[in-house]
Amino acid sequence: MTRSPLVLLGKIWLALILVFLYAPILVMAAMSFNASPFYQLPFQFSTDWYAKMAGNQQIITAAIRSVLIACGTTVIATCLGTAASVALFRYEFRGKRILQVLLFPPIAIPWLITGTAMLVFFFAIGIGRGTPAVVIGHVALALPYVIVTVSARLSSFDVTLEEAARSMGANAWTVLSRVTLPWIAPGIVAGALFAFAVSFDQFVVSYFLSEPGDSTLPVLIYTAIRKGFTPEINAISTIIVTVSMAVMFLAARFSKFGGSR
Amino acid sequence: MSRVDVANVTKKFGQAVALDDVSITFEDGGFFALLGPSGSGKTTLLRTIAGFYFPEAGTIRIGEQNVETVPVEKRDIGMMFQNYALFPNMSVADNVGFGLRVRKTPAAEEKRRIAEALELVQLGAMANRKPSQLSGGQRQRVALARAIVTNPRVLLLDEPLSALDKTLRVDMQIELKRIQREIGITTIFVTHDQEEALTLSDRIGILKAGRIVQAGPPREVYDRPIDAFAAGFLGEANWLPEAALSGLSLPGSPGGRRFATRPEMLSISAEAPGEGRNAVKGRLQQRVFAGAMATCLVDVAGQQWKLVARDRDIPELPGGGEVWLSWDPADTLAVPA
Repeated sequence: MTRSPLVLLGKIWLALILVFLYAPILVMAAMSFNASPFYQLPFQFSTDWYAKMAGNQQIITAAIRSVLIACGTTVIATCLGTAASVALFRYEFRGKRILQVLLFPPIAIPWLITGTAMLVFFFAIGIGRGTPAVVIGHVALALPYVIVTVSARLSSFDVTLEEAARSMGANAWTVLSRVTLPWIAPGIVAGALFAFAVSFDQFVVSYFLSEPGDSTLPVLIYTAIRKGFTPEINAISTIIVTVSMAVMFLAARFSKFGGSR
Repeated sequence: MSRVDVANVTKKFGQAVALDDVSITFEDGGFFALLGPSGSGKTTLLRTIAGFYFPEAGTIRIGEQNVETVPVEKRDIGMMFQNYALFPNMSVADNVGFGLRVRKTPAAEEKRRIAEALELVQLGAMANRKPSQLSGGQRQRVALARAIVTNPRVLLLDEPLSALDKTLRVDMQIELKRIQREIGITTIFVTHDQEEALTLSDRIGILKAGRIVQAGPPREVYDRPIDAFAAGFLGEANWLPEAALSGLSLPGSPGGRRFATRPEMLSISAEAPGEGRNAVKGRLQQRVFAGAMATCLVDVAGQQWKLVARDRDIPELPGGGEVWLSWDPADTLAVPA
């Protein structure tokens, strides 16, 4: 069976997917180290673009903003999402099923739609544009990811562990901190990493909700590209891709393999 | 160590009545088995005593304290669960020491008591292992050590042996009994295995549909069941057909009562037995050899009777032939119809 043409075709297909996925990224990364500003070959190694980028105050400000917003989003979304997961796991209440179903559409709804809706809504209730609006928007987008990863971990949690802890005299807080949280910790870490990635990579919602001049990194890159593409953008993009992939890799590790160890 | 008094306890789940006006006393230092089919309320009773459920009516006393409104963590109990419920992220020693740490026991004393408890269950060498590195029997022992290390007032066991295979189960029964005697803790044990209940406990309570049918020492419940359910649930009963009653010597008049015998009380023979024994005629269906013992299945007026005896005490009998089953009239069980 392993030699059948179908398997071979599958392998070629997979190779093509990988090429189309990663080739542009690799080209971009390579060009960020190329001395020529016009992508001219032969390749000549240089870290000039990184040096230039580091000297660009606009990029640095946007990067710091992006990281701060992502960190804020991560903390808020992880706390809320974990609490929500535990509540959904432990209690039966009216409307629980509907609530669980409602968690998923935000993942599927295009961000463009979500972003527009948020902009209209935030203006209607008086929050308007600005950093609070961006953080609220990011938290809303990241929350389902946290709830899904933490809930997945909780579904394999044995409730009698909590009962056993209580029978030994542990109060609710001790049970949570010593028994339940250690068990779901890998899910929480994975959820937090997803939340960070969702926020850090977020363009549409950030673009709609940021005040002019207060751009996050993806927004700044978009604006820069419209003015003209420089290898400086390659440099910053390469850094973003590296950070994002590292975060996602860690998230996958924690959510998938964390439990078996 | 304390006695436990349950008085007029009723527990409902929605419309379903899980415990219906249950009253029962568990003596100080006793080993008490709660026995019953699934859905009889035995686990509900145990969990109500533990404090996982609060009763709608009635009182529960542990020692001198009324506890029916006290939450689990304040009841000072030890509990062992069917699946052991060991904390997977903690070592054996940390599992056992959990209750001590919660009580803020000084470190030196904590260490000494963990060591003592592990010694008691013969697992001293395993202190640093993780639960996943232990066998089923060893996990069992860790769960027991963890349940008793805080010197609780009462030990509650929820079918703790049901996950073990037969040989290991018998070993653990002996071990459990030894440890319970050694520390003299009041123990309440839920099981659906009647043999386990008989072997371990010094008192048995049989439950059915949320009520205690009968409670007493195992021998008393076995020899003098209070009704047909108790007779059939603890041990096996061969019921006497009404048509066969005449001519038998029975304890009291047959009006409004049913009579039975236990399989091991019976003798089997090809000829009618002598004077002074009760006997019924039947047709031998099957003789099952099981080493030292043998079982005979006999059709008595359309009912299947069972006889258990040492194989060498059963004579050669023709299969499908007519046989007599006889017993000492004093061994006849009588219950209200």
